[in-house]
Amino acid sequence: MSEALYVQLLDLAGGALLLTAVVILWRRKLTAIVRVFAVQGFALSLLVAVLAAHENDPTLGGIAVGLLVLRAGVLPWLLRRALAAAGEEQHETRPLVNVAASLLAAAVLVLIAYAVSQPLVELFPSAASTAIPVGMAVVLIGFFALVTRRHALSQLVGFLLMDNGITAVGFLATTGVAFVVELGISLDVLMAVLVLYVLASRMREAFGTTDLDDLRELHD
Amino acid sequence: MSALGIVGGVLQAALVVAGSPLLVGWMRQIRARLEGRVGAGVVQPWRDLRKLFRKEAIAPAGTSEVFRFTPLVLVGSTLVVAAAIPFVTDASALGPGADLFAVVALLAMGTATLALAGLDTGTAFGGMGASRATTIIALVEPSLLMAIFALSVPVGSTNLASIVHSALRNPAQVLSPASLLAAVALLMVTVAETGRLPVDNPSTHLELTMIHEAMVLEYSGPDLALVELSASMRLSVFLGLLASLFAPWGIATSLDPVPLGVGVVVFAAKVLVLGTAVAVGEVFVAKLRLFRVPELLAGSFLLGLLAVAASFFLSRQP
Repeated sequence: MSEALYVQLLDLAGGALLLTAVVILWRRKLTAIVRVFAVQGFALSLLVAVLAAHENDPTLGGIAVGLLVLRAGVLPWLLRRALAAAGEEQHETRPLVNVAASLLAAAVLVLIAYAVSQPLVELFPSAASTAIPVGMAVVLIGFFALVTRRHALSQLVGFLLMDNGITAVGFLATTGVAFVVELGISLDVLMAVLVLYVLASRMREAFGTTDLDDLRELHD
Repeated sequence: MSALGIVGGVLQAALVVAGSPLLVGWMRQIRARLEGRVGAGVVQPWRDLRKLFRKEAIAPAGTSEVFRFTPLVLVGSTLVVAAAIPFVTDASALGPGADLFAVVALLAMGTATLALAGLDTGTAFGGMGASRATTIIALVEPSLLMAIFALSVPVGSTNLASIVHSALRNPAQVLSPASLLAAVALLMVTVAETGRLPVDNPSTHLELTMIHEAMVLEYSGPDLALVELSASMRLSVFLGLLASLFAPWGIATSLDPVPLGVGVVVFAAKVLVLGTAVAVGEVFVAKLRLFRVPELLAGSFLLGLLAVAASFFLSRQP
């Protein structure tokens, strides 16, 4: 792969990651959010695949395929199942901060991400490391989504967004963590989602809602 | 200021004035066909304009010069912008004056003048329309600046002619993530600024929802014709700006008649294709609630900002 094409594809994948993170913050319908989340998983695996092709590293290629299956296939499928079980009134995210304000907050977060990751980029300036701020921005936007959403399910999406960002930063900064480490992280994420999925359905059975604000009150 | 720029400027201004009503007619025709109506024909806006121009000019009692001069200012400022932006040739008639900030300010001046005219009539609808238009322009302006600014970063100049010139020499620049983000932001801005669905409904006369129509409610005769003409000219200027910045192929770089002719035809074709896309898109969307409009525009601002950030940080070669 030529250097120019590599940079172009890397930038394209980075741009797609950032754009999908913003769209997740923008949309209200959880079904649409899950669809965008699957696209983001695809963009993330594309990023890793481009890195693998550039480094000529078959292990990294295998990780890219694994990421594609997990982030664009299994996790969105689990989210969709949880959503189908949740019922109609859970389909809107109802954020604590209104959408316009959270988009502006996302703009500030992106700038912060660029500012704080400059030392990382300067350590070893390369095409991959200049894209680190993108991953950082996705982490921050994911955290923002996590703290401003009410429902357990939309918080779960925020958590996964954050994890996508962390994975992207990991690969961009190190061009390939050890296979075992990545496998462990992916399994952890899958376990976390499964546990939260079960927790959310138990909550719904117990309280009839997954609105976490309701959990502040004491019940008999 | 070069000969190429002046020829291009004259050609563009003539093309925009003659073609804009046809573009509006074409878009209405497409909507009509998709909705199962026969439609009034592509030249209907020109027939309307001819009819209005023949009528007597009437100004409501109590209105001032602001009301009377607004149509002229609108058409004049849009004409300057149409001549300045490199649509047909890659040189601008205004030379260094074709700056991104100057062009955006001229476009905003048109909206601001129309809002003043709406207030000048003293009617409830005029004031309401002016207030809504001002809200929208205040949100549109930053996104517009951001989106074009993102394109000017790799070029190192805010001159529109230089941006188009550099994009013509280096086509890969058009496909960078920064420019894709900026394209989406600029498309949203175009929709909001030219009063198309889902921000404003160009064919509505329902008092509660109209924005542009509320401000021009008191105009009649030749004045109304000028206001309508300038509204359609703005639409083609915005679509042309989008086409020139993100698909600069076919723009003439020399004074030979063949590239110039190709430039004219390609410009008309690009604007027509974009107009068709907007018209088809409009069939499938409903008008947004007014309170949701800031959300849409905050989104486009964010996209513009991301585009600027991406063009500063992402594509920087080590």
